[in-house]
Amino acid sequence: MTPNVQYGALAPITIVLLAGVISILLETFLPRTSRRIVQLILVFSSLALALFFALLNSYSAKTGSAMGQGGQLRGLRELVSSGSVAIDGPGLFLQATILLVALIGALLLAERGIDPQGDAFAARASALPGSEDERQFTNQGWLQTEIWPLFLFAVGGMLLFPVSNDLLTMFVALEVLSLPLYLLASMARRRRLLSQEAALKYFVLGAFSSAFFLFGAALIYAATGSMTFGEISTALGNSSHDGIVLAGVGLISVGLLFKVGAAPFHQWTPDVYQGAPTPLVAFMAAATKVAAFGALLRIFYVAFGTLRWDWRPMMWAVAIVTMLLGSLLAVTQTDIKRMLAYSSVAHSGFILLGIIATSQAGLATSLFYLFAYSFTTLGSFAIVSLVRDPSGEATHLSSWAGLGKKSPLVAGIFSLFLLSLAGIPLTSGFTAKFAVFGAAIEGGATALVITAVVSSAIAAFFYARVIVLMFFSEGKSDDVAVVVPSMFTKIAIAVTVAFTVLLGILPEQVLEAVSNAGLFVR
Amino acid sequence: MLLTSLMLTPLVGAIVVFALPAARTLLAKQIALVVATITTAGAVYVGVSLKPNAKGMQFTESHSWIPTFNINWALGVDGIAAVLIVMATILVPLVIVASWNDVERIGRGTVKGYFGLILLLETFMIGVFAATDLFLFYVFFEAMLIPVYFLIGRFGGPQRAYAAMKFLLYSLVGGLFMLASLIGLYIVSMRTGSSGASFDFQTLVNLNIDPATQKMLFLGFFFAFAVKAPMVPFHTWLPDATAESTPGTATLLVGVLDKVGTFGMLHFLLPIFPEASRFYAPVIITLAVVSIFYGALLAIGQTDMMRLVAFSSISHFGFIVLGIFVFSAQGLSGSTFYMVNHGFSTGALFLVVGFLASRRGSSMIADFGGVTRVAPILSGVILLAGLSSLALPGMSSFVSEFLVLLGTFSVYQWVAVVATTGIVLAAFYILWMYQRVVTGEPSQEVRDTVTEISPRELAAIAPIIALIIALGVFPQAALRIINPAVQQVLNVEQISNGGQK
Repeated sequence: MTPNVQYGALAPITIVLLAGVISILLETFLPRTSRRIVQLILVFSSLALALFFALLNSYSAKTGSAMGQGGQLRGLRELVSSGSVAIDGPGLFLQATILLVALIGALLLAERGIDPQGDAFAARASALPGSEDERQFTNQGWLQTEIWPLFLFAVGGMLLFPVSNDLLTMFVALEVLSLPLYLLASMARRRRLLSQEAALKYFVLGAFSSAFFLFGAALIYAATGSMTFGEISTALGNSSHDGIVLAGVGLISVGLLFKVGAAPFHQWTPDVYQGAPTPLVAFMAAATKVAAFGALLRIFYVAFGTLRWDWRPMMWAVAIVTMLLGSLLAVTQTDIKRMLAYSSVAHSGFILLGIIATSQAGLATSLFYLFAYSFTTLGSFAIVSLVRDPSGEATHLSSWAGLGKKSPLVAGIFSLFLLSLAGIPLTSGFTAKFAVFGAAIEGGATALVITAVVSSAIAAFFYARVIVLMFFSEGKSDDVAVVVPSMFTKIAIAVTVAFTVLLGILPEQVLEAVSNAGLFVR
Repeated sequence: MLLTSLMLTPLVGAIVVFALPAARTLLAKQIALVVATITTAGAVYVGVSLKPNAKGMQFTESHSWIPTFNINWALGVDGIAAVLIVMATILVPLVIVASWNDVERIGRGTVKGYFGLILLLETFMIGVFAATDLFLFYVFFEAMLIPVYFLIGRFGGPQRAYAAMKFLLYSLVGGLFMLASLIGLYIVSMRTGSSGASFDFQTLVNLNIDPATQKMLFLGFFFAFAVKAPMVPFHTWLPDATAESTPGTATLLVGVLDKVGTFGMLHFLLPIFPEASRFYAPVIITLAVVSIFYGALLAIGQTDMMRLVAFSSISHFGFIVLGIFVFSAQGLSGSTFYMVNHGFSTGALFLVVGFLASRRGSSMIADFGGVTRVAPILSGVILLAGLSSLALPGMSSFVSEFLVLLGTFSVYQWVAVVATTGIVLAAFYILWMYQRVVTGEPSQEVRDTVTEISPRELAAIAPIIALIIALGVFPQAALRIINPAVQQVLNVEQISNGGQK
């Protein structure tokens, strides 16, 4: 029997992966001078095309059983590729989010106007840091256009991750998205040793977590005899489950919680966020979180849905530790990127509330949270890349003192992002928090919401402290300056600002979309 | 649409002012003043045309905002909200006149920034009193923090960053607990309400929430309101915030913003959580009495006039909270009227202290003395503002304090007796400050720096003093619309508590 492949349903994924392959060929055959421009055209057009198909799939009404119940999104709702991929409302929403984030992320990666030497990536990643080779390549103005195929593969993996419907596909997607990111993380132009160290940490810990995931998948297969989520769910519902199942669930959770940066598997976040090139951090902080939470949601709602009374205590503990640890450690940070990293850990904890709710509302509000959070994160890292001193980005908090005087606009926009991260009303962060907290209380997790409120209060301190630094104190060093970027970054920042404000003031469209997205298809 | 336009007027003004080039300082001030005056006129119209005995909210409007959560842009006022809006909008233009040259004197920040933020704050102040959708109320409650945060942090004294941070964190923490309770209330309305989940005030009042749930949800709201009000022991942010902010900011902060706390207790807690309000009343009354004394005693010990006024306000807020939680008509009317009067009298005090500080470069009591020799009119204004604060008969604050004590006496005699001694302390700290600042022989520095009150300053302070005396002689002007509104709150409260007295 030849497998029946629904090309339309898989189009977003295949387009991006195909573009990745073409991108490699371009690297091989094009002369160095024309690579950048061709790569950029390829990247943006393929991402836009993929986004178009993702949206088309969400709105194209299909006949018969593919329709959800009344009022749901009239989009695709089916299992494709012999049941190993599930295209449904939440999956399509996540794909569209990832593609939007990737488009903005690509704008930041393409930026060449900030660093006088070129873009944010090393001229030649293979040249030893500090060597004569490196100096020559830099002086000759080399650019590492290999980042583009790597970027496209990562995006392709992310698109597959939240829609994979069996453990093996999910594992493959996990690797496809992770490996390019490990590489890209090591390629910063400035402070290369720090970047390489960060990448190595990320890789080693990531490899561990992948192994955990695989081990867990094997145990689940042993216990249920199946890899697909629907069958696992049925098998777990029919039989009384034993230690093997619980161990399997636990190990798979470790793998996925590592990716979302939940405590106690968060230790890589500050190091990687600090060391990796900032545009890449902007992209992966947003997109990886969306993809990984998408996968986490799907596996816990579909495959382990019947076990929720068993995994809920574990998730409660993880959520509490994640929220409190993230906020508390962020308070002690003196580096803006590390602070944002811990803040992202705390936010992972908030999104976990949506997973613990295990309800339609929990799913919908988690999707909304991910959507809202991505743009704020992208924007805030974009701003971080603009504040520089002669040696590169000035990420120490003391360099941000008095920024409000040097550049009121940039400081003002960054304040907006911080207020959104802190969850102040009229910003996207507030709407998202409100929605998730509501779903969690509805799902009986009042104690968790109170913990979340406490950790939000702690978090407010360090967000407000940065605003105090920027606006209310005098800058000490004069060599810190705000660079005026090219159109790429300007557009990216404008779009993220627009989303942050709009989702705070007029969130209805997106809220409607997520609540109409329905549940995961089985 | 009247209330929405009332809110939009200062908002548009703020945007225009922000958009001006930084050099056009005079234009920024003029626009701010004109816009604020127009807003005052609109608010006064609302206050005057309000029908006193109509049931429920008036000038209501409702537009769907976030249908997914049934959140509406719903505004409306009753007598209580109306008088507070009128008070707030009267203070804003006077504050603008009073702080006309403050930014230049401080030498930090931009003029348009200062006046733009004040107008922005005015928008939120109107919104927070007029919101009849609790979500909307929460949004304004939190949004108000941002302009104040920048007003303190940008234009404040040497410790401004610390004070702004402390203010923001206290308020945010309070607000977050309120958020948790608010979501809880929403879920309760989803489960028990006949019309589904809602944030609508009237719908929430009609819910019959079981007492155990009430007691939990009440705490979140009360905590936020007590921080805002501020009540002992959640008050420590206030002296720092006022001492570091400009007199104009302090007036709006203490005169208007803090009223949101007591307004919330009266307007939301009593009707929505009637049983819980009764249940916690003894504790809250105790805290209120403690606030009265603690604030007054600490006011006596202050060496800085700004801090002195701040501590005196803590004492006054004790009276307001006391009047609310004795559940009698006089007490509630007194408290509402007290909120208005306190806005004016504290505003007057902050502004005259500001006048003194702008001359002498300091607001320490010890730096003054003998002001009456060099500036007799200014001294007279200080005396009037002070007398209003200590509730001298003939001043409006006397009426409200009397009503609160009367209301308290009919329910808890001993509490009233104890609270009355608080008035004596008020006389003490005000008159002692007056004595040290105004009487005596002026030092050389005072002779050199303290000049007579300028026409601009007089124009800012005279209307406030006039209002204080007018409302003292003819309190009915305000009580006319306060009393029926208070009676409605009380009816809801008493029906839920089985009609007990």
